[in-house]
Amino acid sequence: MPSKYQFDTEYQGRFARVLQLIRIDPVLLFGLLILTLAGLGILYSAGDQSAELMQKQVVRLSIAFLVMLVAAQVSPHQLYLWTPWVFLVGVILLLMVFFAGDVGKGAQRWLKIGVRFQPSEIMKLATPLMLAWYLSERPLPPGFRSLMISSVLVLVPTIMIAMQPDLGTALLVGMAGFFVVFFAGLRWRVLIGAGLALLAFIPILWRMMHDYQRQRVLTLLDPESDPLGAGYHIIQSKIAIGSGGLYGKGWLNGTQSQLDFLPERSTDFIFAVFAEEFGMMGAVVLLSLYAFIIWRGLYIADHAQDNFSRLLAGSLSMTFFVYLFVNVGMVSGILPVVGVPLPLVSYGGTSLVTLMAGFGMLMSINSDRKLLSR
Amino acid sequence: MRRSLVTDHSEISRLFKVRAIVAGLFSFLLIAALLSRLGWLQIVEYAHFSGLSKENRVRLMALPPNRGLIYDRNGIILAENRPTYHLELIPEQVEDIDATLEGLGEIVTISEQNIERFHTSMRTHRPFESISLRTRLSEEEVARLAVNRHRFPGMDVVARLSRHYPQGSSAAHAIGYVGRISEKELNTIDVSNYRGSTHIGKTGLEKYYEEELHGIVGQQNVEVNAEGRILRVIDKIPPLPGNNLVLNLDMELQRTAEQALGDFAGAVIVMQPKTGAVLAFVSEPVYDPNLFVHGISVKDYNALREGDYKPLFNRALFGQYPPGSTFKPFLGLAGIDAKVIGHKQSMRCIGYYTLPNDEEHRYRDWKKWGHGEVDLSDAMEQSCDVYFYELAHRMGINRMHDYLREFGFGDKTGIDLFGERSGLLPSKEWKRRVHNKIWYPGETLIAGIGQGYMLATPLQLAVATSALANKGKKIQPRLLKEMRDTNGEITAMAVPSTSWIELKNENHWDVMHKAMQRVLRGKWGTARATGWKLKGYEMAGKTGTAQVFGIAQDEEYDAETVARKLRDHALFIAFAPLEDPEIVVAIIEENGEHGSAVAPIAKTIMDKYLLEDELKEDAK
Repeated sequence: MPSKYQFDTEYQGRFARVLQLIRIDPVLLFGLLILTLAGLGILYSAGDQSAELMQKQVVRLSIAFLVMLVAAQVSPHQLYLWTPWVFLVGVILLLMVFFAGDVGKGAQRWLKIGVRFQPSEIMKLATPLMLAWYLSERPLPPGFRSLMISSVLVLVPTIMIAMQPDLGTALLVGMAGFFVVFFAGLRWRVLIGAGLALLAFIPILWRMMHDYQRQRVLTLLDPESDPLGAGYHIIQSKIAIGSGGLYGKGWLNGTQSQLDFLPERSTDFIFAVFAEEFGMMGAVVLLSLYAFIIWRGLYIADHAQDNFSRLLAGSLSMTFFVYLFVNVGMVSGILPVVGVPLPLVSYGGTSLVTLMAGFGMLMSINSDRKLLSR
Repeated sequence: MRRSLVTDHSEISRLFKVRAIVAGLFSFLLIAALLSRLGWLQIVEYAHFSGLSKENRVRLMALPPNRGLIYDRNGIILAENRPTYHLELIPEQVEDIDATLEGLGEIVTISEQNIERFHTSMRTHRPFESISLRTRLSEEEVARLAVNRHRFPGMDVVARLSRHYPQGSSAAHAIGYVGRISEKELNTIDVSNYRGSTHIGKTGLEKYYEEELHGIVGQQNVEVNAEGRILRVIDKIPPLPGNNLVLNLDMELQRTAEQALGDFAGAVIVMQPKTGAVLAFVSEPVYDPNLFVHGISVKDYNALREGDYKPLFNRALFGQYPPGSTFKPFLGLAGIDAKVIGHKQSMRCIGYYTLPNDEEHRYRDWKKWGHGEVDLSDAMEQSCDVYFYELAHRMGINRMHDYLREFGFGDKTGIDLFGERSGLLPSKEWKRRVHNKIWYPGETLIAGIGQGYMLATPLQLAVATSALANKGKKIQPRLLKEMRDTNGEITAMAVPSTSWIELKNENHWDVMHKAMQRVLRGKWGTARATGWKLKGYEMAGKTGTAQVFGIAQDEEYDAETVARKLRDHALFIAFAPLEDPEIVVAIIEENGEHGSAVAPIAKTIMDKYLLEDELKEDAK
């Protein structure tokens, strides 16, 4: 019926205008909402159907979306102006934690984990911001000098976080920085050369790693070597995923998850719960949803108006992908166990807020383009 | 190679677009890689992981059957299963093991040994498996733990059934006890039927009827969580509980007999001669079988094993004593039936006996000056040794052996207990075989008064006396009356085997019965002091005295100077009522000095059994 059709378009058009007014990208918002809602459903199953847990997560999600909304109001230009200061504060905080962590030993260190965690979370955003800030003012693709300075800007926070030690966050921060350089037009031969150098670096890295980090890598290579210790997570996680089969055991019916065999199932291993209960089909749908968000992020990056926005948007989108890949790779047993949550689904507040702040920036970049193009 | 810097906006846009497409392709490629990994796990390896998942959650659990109960003939419970409470911890759920152990130590007693054992088993168990910290909590401790439960996550108070003997040490030698299954026993039992069972009958009826008491194990498939906690039973084959045993034992009579024996070490067997039912099975001293159920401490065990009179020693079953003069009724019967002497024929007793070809060696009578002219009845009444020396001499050891074997001497009685001893009924052939020596005629005389090589268990004496009371019907003694299932339906009845002792002249039974009556009623009867007090029924009996150590030929035996442990054993066998015997008693009182001293025990038991009407009604 024409009248209804008209009403619909009019309604949607009004809704779209409101979103535009508050600088929200409806496409990205749609993807994020679907993903977080699905995440809540999985968490309900993984968290033993605890209402308290759900409540907390809903509150966190609300805060995260609020942060996204706020971040979307900050124009890329303002962001550009603040970037050096954010980065500087982040590094100073990291240094403080670094020294405080060295002084305090024993039980007290546990209390400081919360404090330590915050600066490294900031660096997930501050590092790509800083690199985008730096490189956007240089001629592109970056020259040798630019590359050297960029490397320093990436490696300083990355190494500091890795030494805390928080390998997962260090990896994300490092990748965020790397992708800025990549989008800036890092030459392929340099990229390949750096990749080969990194490979040569592995033995040295191996020596620098903590015992438990080494153990994680060893466990990945042969989980059955320690089935009740370090390998237990991977073995149980693989059983959960594998036994899910094509169609899964059904929501709330995953035996591995519901009977406590799967450890850390509401946080880092939540994907195994999903794969067990919804099977291969569910995984295809869920990963497609992630791919959709990544695609939208890259689309926004491609259509951004200035280099700073471009580089930032590209890096943020790819960091989101790294999140996903490292988490699912770890849970399915092809990557070592590093503490990276499944983005927007795992239970927990800090990474959620950081991620949504990043999406807020993406939306801001998107809105800026629209404003300028009109 | 283009080395110029790209500053053109459109150029940069183009470069960026390429990069964005490469990045997009790269991430989609890797997501596809993740999906292929998931496909490998979920489709190709599905069966494998599905199996593992099932193995994870489904566990086959044995359901141990409840052990059958044991009752006396009147339904008094002798062995039951009581819940006992144990303190266990699941280490994985305990935040701080040491603090928890310390905290628990303030609430219940936890010894160093408990803690040590806990730490040892912690090393061999998975972190989510429950580990025992303390066993057998008292009710008060259970209550205290319940109140403080919230303070100790991972703590659990587990209830299990364990064997309990409410009668304590009473009849312990008959009932026996259960204990933890030993390594050695694992080789002899059907292990699959004992999955889940921790205890097994170790001695007594608990061991003899182990198979019937134990029952048949059941099993269930259960869904467990990672801690091993059972969440749901998927399917179940219930266990078949063991049969309940109803014994012939009469606990009231048992206690009467135990009390009558008093502080002495010894044994009392009370039997129904007609049915073979063992009404009382006393071996003193005794022990508390409850000590063994949860593992007896080395100290307690040594105290029982090495203690005075060795309480663990089952005298009624394993105790082999010289029967002494209680042997005389059987030899007397054999003598008159073999016609080596007429039952009215008398001989002269002058206080000693000599073999025709060896005038030097005197075989002494207990009465120094002799009994004068005695026939069989007189010899029985007064327990004249000389008469029986002559009788034994005339019979010869082999004929004695053949006759007495009929009464069960030298053979196991076949009671429903393991490890019974067969006593010893000597013969020429036996001595040659075992000692590789010839038989001396003098040894025949000594055997004739139930000494020397002769040995019999209290149970054998009771069985032989029953055969005598039954006039030849020899019956197998039986502790078990019947078996019942849990609904109380009788599933099996004990049918004792019987055999007959044929005498050439059946009247000889009455002769011997009368002679044994005179032991109590006769003017010179050795148990006349007891006989005088008899009321309501007539008893036939025979006293006996078994030498613990030899006395030189002309030496006086003076009880006063001999240490108690070296005093003679006192024996008494009896049956009543005389005309239609319904009860047989055999008593051995170690170091009781003389059979006449234990005859009152038999009277007490028989009074209780024969004169208390209601008891008699119950017993039938």
